[in-house]
Order: sequence, then C-alpha cells, then structure tokens
Amino acid sequence: MRYLPLTPRDRAHMLRAIGVPSIDALYDGVPAAARRREALPLPAHQGEIEVERHLAELAACNLGAGRAAFFLGAGAYRHHVPAAVDHLIQRSEFLTSYTPYQPEISQGTLQYLFEFQTQVALLTGMEVANASLYDGATATSEAVLMAARLTRRHKAVLSGGLHPHYRDTVATLTDFAGFRATALPADADGGQDLVASLDGDTACLVVQNPDVFGRLHDLEPLAGAAQARGALLVAVVNEPVSLGLVRSPGEMGADIVAAEGQGLGGGLNFGGPHLGLFATRERFVRQMPGRLCGETVDADGRRGYVLTLSTREQHIRREKATSNICTNSGLMALAFTIHLSLLGEAGLRRLAELNHAKAVQLADRLAGLPGVRLANDSFFNEFTLRLGRPAAPLVAALAGRGVLAGVPGSRLWPERADLADLLLVCASECTTAADMTALVDGLKEALR
Amino acid sequence: MSHSSDLARAASAPASPVVTATGHRGLDREEALIFELDAEGRSGVDLPEPPPVTPRLGGLARRRPIGLPGLAEPQVVRHYVRLSRRNYAIDLGLYPLGSCTMKHNPRLNEKLARLPGFADLHPLQPEETTQGALRLMHELTHWLTTLCGMPGVALTPAAGAQGELCGLLCIRAALRAGGDQRQVVLVADSAHGTNPATAAMAGYRVEAVPANARGRVDLQALKARLGPDVAAMMLTNPNTCGLFEDEIAEAAAAVHAAGAFVYCDGANFNALVGRVRPGDLGIDCMHLNLHKTFSTPHGGGGPGSGPVMLAAALAPYAPLPFLLREGERLRLVERREGEAAASFGRMKAFHGQMGMFIRALAYMLSHGGDGLKQVAEDAVLTANYVLARVGDVLSPSFPGPCMHECLFDDRFLKGTGVTTLDFAKALIDEGFHPMTMYFPLVVHGALLIEPTETESLDSLEEFIAALRHLAAEATAGRAERFTGAPHLAPRRRLDETAAARKPVLRWRPPDRPRAAE
Amino acid sequence: MSETRFTKDHEWIRLDGTVGTCGITDYAQQQLGDVVFVELPEIGRKVAKGEQTAVVESVKAAAEIYAPVGGEVVATNAAIVDEPAKVNAAAMGDAWFFRLRLADPREFAALMSDAEYQRFVEGLQ
Repeated sequence: MRYLPLTPRDRAHMLRAIGVPSIDALYDGVPAAARRREALPLPAHQGEIEVERHLAELAACNLGAGRAAFFLGAGAYRHHVPAAVDHLIQRSEFLTSYTPYQPEISQGTLQYLFEFQTQVALLTGMEVANASLYDGATATSEAVLMAARLTRRHKAVLSGGLHPHYRDTVATLTDFAGFRATALPADADGGQDLVASLDGDTACLVVQNPDVFGRLHDLEPLAGAAQARGALLVAVVNEPVSLGLVRSPGEMGADIVAAEGQGLGGGLNFGGPHLGLFATRERFVRQMPGRLCGETVDADGRRGYVLTLSTREQHIRREKATSNICTNSGLMALAFTIHLSLLGEAGLRRLAELNHAKAVQLADRLAGLPGVRLANDSFFNEFTLRLGRPAAPLVAALAGRGVLAGVPGSRLWPERADLADLLLVCASECTTAADMTALVDGLKEALR
Repeated sequence: MSHSSDLARAASAPASPVVTATGHRGLDREEALIFELDAEGRSGVDLPEPPPVTPRLGGLARRRPIGLPGLAEPQVVRHYVRLSRRNYAIDLGLYPLGSCTMKHNPRLNEKLARLPGFADLHPLQPEETTQGALRLMHELTHWLTTLCGMPGVALTPAAGAQGELCGLLCIRAALRAGGDQRQVVLVADSAHGTNPATAAMAGYRVEAVPANARGRVDLQALKARLGPDVAAMMLTNPNTCGLFEDEIAEAAAAVHAAGAFVYCDGANFNALVGRVRPGDLGIDCMHLNLHKTFSTPHGGGGPGSGPVMLAAALAPYAPLPFLLREGERLRLVERREGEAAASFGRMKAFHGQMGMFIRALAYMLSHGGDGLKQVAEDAVLTANYVLARVGDVLSPSFPGPCMHECLFDDRFLKGTGVTTLDFAKALIDEGFHPMTMYFPLVVHGALLIEPTETESLDSLEEFIAALRHLAAEATAGRAERFTGAPHLAPRRRLDETAAARKPVLRWRPPDRPRAAE
Repeated sequence: MSETRFTKDHEWIRLDGTVGTCGITDYAQQQLGDVVFVELPEIGRKVAKGEQTAVVESVKAAAEIYAPVGGEVVATNAAIVDEPAKVNAAAMGDAWFFRLRLADPREFAALMSDAEYQRFVEGLQ
C-alpha cells in the first residue's frame, strides 16, 4: 500500500517495544460488540492506474464549461486563472502546511495572509479584512450575527436582490440563534423600497451589489438610511472582479462587507471550495469572526507576522467566541492573492472592463431577439432576461447543443412560478464572439 | 588539495554568526511585502483591449484607484516561492500536531481534482450535464456510510466546525419536530473549543461534563446531569487525551434514555476508520474531517470539508441539498419538498466542497476497505510506539495504551525552568514542527503528539531521538537553549503581545499613516 | 482608613465611604500574563454582585471580571484601556477597573480579608 511506509517487520518490532502481543490489544477499550477483525464490505485497495481510470470516467460524464459556450454566473464565476496561480498554490510548503499556529516556521503563510487582508481591504474600500471564511453565503451570515452583537438588536432585513442561497443560509443561522431575518421577496424588476422595512430593532440591512439579477445599486443612500436608524449596512459582493470597475462598498458607506472571492484565483469546482471574504471598520474588529493576521517583530527585532486578536476565537473563548469557525479557506485565499498580485491595479481594471464590455455586447444582441426583454438597465458582467416562457426547458435543450446558456429562474426560486421565465446570463473575458453567436442563435431557435 | 584544506579550515573554525549586507542568510531569504515591490502600470497578465461600448454601470463606476501593486510574472513567482520556503509542511517532515491528523497528502488526488470535468463545472448547470459529479458524491456517500455504520450523511458542511453546527441543527430540528424545546448541550471538558462555540451558535446553553481520573468522561457526573432540558451530549472519541471512551456504550444508553442525542466530534476518526463503526457505539451524529482522516490537504488553514453522519432519526432533518437516486439518474433536491420536507434548511451556497470530495474518494479508493483498516492500525501503532519510547523521559498523563495520539504533561519539566512552550519551540531547532501544546486543558502544560500512519520507522526514530535528547537537555539544566528557542528558524519568537496591543492588520502606504482611532 | 477585600475570582475592592474601587489582584495579572486589552462597563450601569462587568485579555486568555458587590458604576479607568500594560505593572494600585456605588454594604463585609485571600491563593498553588 503506497501511502503506508511501515513493513510487517516494522510493525512486529513496534508491537514488541510497546509490549503487546497484537494490534488488537491496543483496541481493548472498544466495546466487544463494536470490535471488527474483518475489513468492511468495501472494495480492496487499488493502484493509481485504476483509481485514475475510474475518476476520469466520472469526470467524462460531465459537460465541463470549457467544452461549451458558457454563460453561467449567479454566485460562481468562471474567469481565466493565470497558470502561475495553480503552480504556486501547489508548492508543498503552502499546500501541506497546517494553520500557522507556530509563527516562527509559518512566515510564508502569515505574510501572504497579511497581504491578502490588505488586498481585500483595498478592494472593498474597508479598513480591515480577516484571513477568510468558507464562502460568500456563510460570510453573509457571520456579518448578520456580528451586526446583531454590535447593535444588540434582533432583526436583519435582507434585500430581494440577495442571492437566494445566501438568504437561506442567513435564515438558518438567525432562526436558531433566536432572531429574525426578514427576507424581502425576490426583486426581479428593481425598485424595491428597502428603507421602509427598517425599524428600531433592525441590526442590519443586507444588500448585494451587483445584486443576484446583475443590477447595480448606489449603496450610499441605503447606508445613510440604515445608520440613521442605528442599524448597519452589510454589503454583499459575489463577483470580486466587479470591484475593479464599480465603486467599492466602503466608498459608499458600508459597515461590513461579506463577499465571495472565488472569481479571483479559484475555479468553479462545482460550487466548492470557494472563498469567503469579510471586511469591516477598524473599530468593529473585536467583533469580527475568523482569523486575523497582524504585523509584529521577533526577538531580534525583525519584521514578522502572527495570528492575533485570538481571544475572539473558539479555541480560547469557547462558547463566548465570535464564531465557531476554525478551518477557513486558506489555500483559496492564496490563489486569490496570487491572482490579484499578477493582475495588479492595471490588470484588474482591464479585466473588469473586458467583462463589462463583453456583457454589454451580449446583452444588446440578446435583447434584440423577439420575445426577449432585458430586465436590468445597469449591470456589470451579468444580467437577467425575461423570456416570456419557462427558461429551464430552453436551458436544457441548449445544453444538449453545447451551450450552457445561463441560470434559469426556477433553479434559484423554485417556489416562485412568476420568476420561471427569468434567465441569468453572464459574460466574461473568456466569452468569444463565436460563443455569443451560439447563444443568440440557439435561443432564437429555441424560442421560435 | 586546496579544496579539502578549505573544508578543513572551515570545520575547525568556531561557528560565528555572519552578518550579511542583504539580510538574507544563504537560502533563507528575507522577502518584502508585495506592496513594496510596486511599479505603477506594471502587470503580470496580458489581456486584450476591451471592445468599445457605452458603459451600463448606472453611474457607479469607480472614481478612485484601488491601490493594488503592479508586478510582472517573474516577480510574482519569486515572491511566493520565497515565502513558501518560510513554512514547515508535512511534505518536509513529521508534523505531530495532536488532533490535527497531519498525514501525507497523495498527489494523485490533486491531479484528479483538477480534471476539467470536475474543476471546470458550474454548480448550477443542468443536472443532465453533471451526472458524473453527482455520481461521485453518491459513491462518497456509500463509502462514508459503510465506514461509519450510520445511514445518513449531509455532505454540505465546509469544515469540521460547520459540521458540528449541522449536526446540532439536525438535533434541534428533530427535537422541535417533536415539540421539544430542550436548552442545554453538555460538552466534555476535554472537547475542542469548536464544540462549545458551535453549541452556543446553535442557540444552546453549554454545560461542561468533567473528566474522571482516567481521562474519560465522568459517567456518574454525566448521568447526574442528564434530564429533560438536555438536548445532546457532545464528546470526542477517541477523546483529545488520545484515549478511547471505553464507557461510550453506557454513556450513550443514558443519554438516549434521557431523550437526548449523542454527538461525536469525528476529528479523531483516524484511530477508528475501517476498524470501528461509530454507529455501533451508539453515536447518533458525527462529523468527519475529510481534511484530516481522508488526507485532503490543509492548505495552511483550509479549505476543509466536514460531512456529517446521521442516524435514521436525524437524517430527515439534514441540510439542503439532498442527493437522491432515481433509477440510473441522480438528482439534487434544493428546496424543502418530498424527502427533504423536514430539512432544517441551507448552510452555505451550492452543494458542498466538491474539490475535497474528489480527493477524499480517490484516497478511499486507493486504500480500499483493507487499506483503511491498516491506516487506523498503523496510526494507533505509531502513537503507542512514541509513547512507549519516550514514556520514561516525558511524563505521560495517563497509562497506555493510547489510540492514535499520546498525551504528556509538564511534570517532567518541573524545576528545570523550561515550559511546555519552550520545549516545543526547541523542537523547531531540531527540525520538527511542535506538537499540540496546552491542549487539552484537562492536564497541566499539555503536549499532545499525533504521528499518523504515514511516518516510516526511521522518521519516528529520528523524532523520538530528538524528544529524548531535549528531555535530557532540559533536566540537565540547559534551560537557555529552550528559553531562547527557536534559534534556527526564519524568525525567532515573535512579539504577540505587541501585535495584540496595537494591532497592525494591513499594510498602509508610508505617506498615509494609520489614522488615530 | 479604607479597607480592601477580595473575591474568589481574584477581584479586589477598596471601600471609600459608599464607593468601592475595583480591580484584579496581583495573582490574577500574573496568571494572565501580559495584558493586551481591557473592556470597561458604561458609567451608570447597575450591576448585581457576581455579574460580568468588565473583560481583561492577554494574548492567550480572556477573563471576565465580575462585580465583587452589587451597585452602580460611577467611574471607569480609561488609562488602562489606552495602556493595558498598566494592569501588569500596578494591578492593586493605579490600574483599577471601575468604581461602584454600593447597593448593600453587607455584601462588602462578606468578602475575604487580605489575610483570608492570601491563604486562599496559597491553597491554589
């Protein structure tokens, strides 16, 4: 067995040194009824050749995005990730290290986390960011819980433009933690009055930008209205590339930013692992969830980095911790920070412009189709179409022709028949003119 | 020959620290922050000119630059390669962190997780185009339920702590469905900090159950506390003292008799995998850490994956989505309906940590049922071997045998002027990552060692020799090599007090000093 | 002359008329190690005896500080928020945490005397 270095001779030697006759003796404490001498009814071990063959067969049953004209977004974005990113994150010293609890021999991880925190703070326009959470949805839940701690209030108002998976994740946590999340109905056509739902017990207003339909919102008046009522504005971003072109939530007055970082450095991975980003104001830092890396000096006075403000965390504060999170998305944070380092200011701006321009071109072409209406007047790289008939069957039909056309409304809002004709369509730097033509022609034919 | 005489001269000269002009020390290089390597306008990517369009940003275009540094690809590659060399890693050597299961991460699993058919798959594609991914999840389910002897599994949770939350929410939903509003979760004294933190997050009041003199949950204390207000008992088995909870069957029976559930933290499943099924121990609910037992890499802190095993009574309350088989086809149920009508809801976006599922399944297929049993046995064997070989010079907290990790306390350091922390830091100078320190809290100055099954006998011997040597040095009164340790790492001890008193959590341009709070 | 009394949670209180000055003992600051953060109550807050009133943190530990007696918070010591190190330097003196106007003087009388506290601490070691 290729991953097990001990030989039968080694094992016999070790058992003698321990002073027991057999390995079974070491399991003496296990109740007799639960002791098994035989292997469980599972296949026997296999070599690389067999394992690789089996998994390759499974992979071949999927239609990978690269084999289709691809237009899906809705919280998971497909961007070109430079080759250096995946090469670097596979460095053994990054890939196979643990959480940097021993800073003297973890400066590699700690320094990139410090750089990552800085990049996230800059990108979101906030003062401080943490070292990552699981994903955008859990980051949003944590933001709501943090707002409740800060304001000592018991209600969160969720905008109808919030991704329904995020909405449901928040609802789960708030339900059991004993306070209310008021989720406004999905707002496909825009214009929802968010301020009307704020009251004296509202801890935070949660607004996604661009929202799940792709629409952009000026957060400034919302931040002002929330803050005037003693509530906080939680801004949610699930396409990080948008921040290269769109005003940052911090600039528009957000108190907490919860974001999905997968679009930079990360692949689609069928939805996980992704990368939760979390940023806020400096004065709220002691209520933040998750790990934080800080700068300090060592015994010789040299600059170095450590995990800090750990008394917020579960391993010290136990039931009074700000969150139960331990393992986060370290390696995805590394991929994010490397991708962003490669892009730089100029590269990110160019990438964002390219995404927007492709989306504008595509939206114009699709909106010209008979029976198709563009639901948003503003967007970054994703927009919503109204098709006038259920979108899911059209999407299924187009998939059969190698076009992954977008996300139908019924997938995100299965309970809302009135949203079944929605199609969320996303373009990126990877979208070619031929892809666009395939979608436009395919949709035209399917709608006929 | 001049070459050999140079060598001889060098060997006879006393070791003296050389002060270098660069600050680098040979291969150990200092590295600036990425922000300090900036040149405006430079980039490490070449992207095409965007086609000219009229923006549709609704007047919300960014007005100010972000402040990101510009570097070319060679600089970026060097920066991260240099940083990587300042990390310890399982690929460099034994990583004896107790309760963390730092075992070898097979590279085949990395290769397979990157197959475009998996990695380049969107979670919301039509299910007809993702049947291979769903089949993989289904196969993983089969392996995990067989290994655990428990019928249900929730694959969604992103890590162990989220798995704990998932389990407790299933319990809470099941109790609620029966009209029961129990308020208390009991947590073993030696539990990971995530246990009480999770129980609080799930809306429960936490009460500790003490350990007995044998390092196990005090059964009498547990029985005395059980009552109609207790929703669940959370324990870890083997526990964080490295001991099997040998009264688990009786404890579980008592918990069940009181109408409560048994939650097991599966962080230490490596001692049991393939050999003992938690379902046979009376456990109702247990998370697994795919990034521990099933070898998906820790990645410097994540990502993980924390599937939760569920008894039949809890399975209907599992989080969305549910994976269902309909003949040859697999389907995800993403709303509360049909089989998923009682689900407590969603815990995160999409369907779980697919990248980790692939790696974990590849690991299980590679080992097979026979190999996984050997994994558990070798893990237990290596820990007992270390215990047997250093038990006379360190102070074992409990008599052996142990399971997959062995616990020592600081009695052997008494009067030496060396603390557990000093001892652990000296291990860095010997070329090893320290063991888990000061945890569990049930013994003084804990040192918790988990070697794992992927260490060779030679590797174990080297580690044992280092431990024995350091123990001898400490008792011989050479405290100074400990209190100043590490001496040979990229950094000496860091000033954590200063870091916490005046937190500097990000880089700021030199001309824009940190605003006063 | 003011008198100082002690709790089993290692708080001290020095009574001056009806106002008691409260802090943590030298033993407590030694056990914590370098103090890095202090959180103090709002002035005007009414606390019961044993209620969590302040927080003190080192790098690796967080401790709640309980009101030794019931009463109203009438003053807090901002100096230790700005410079937490003062708690290590002068736990029993300048680094007091808060002042309480006592609700019931009998609660003060029921606390440990200096000698009783010293014996209590010796028993812990």
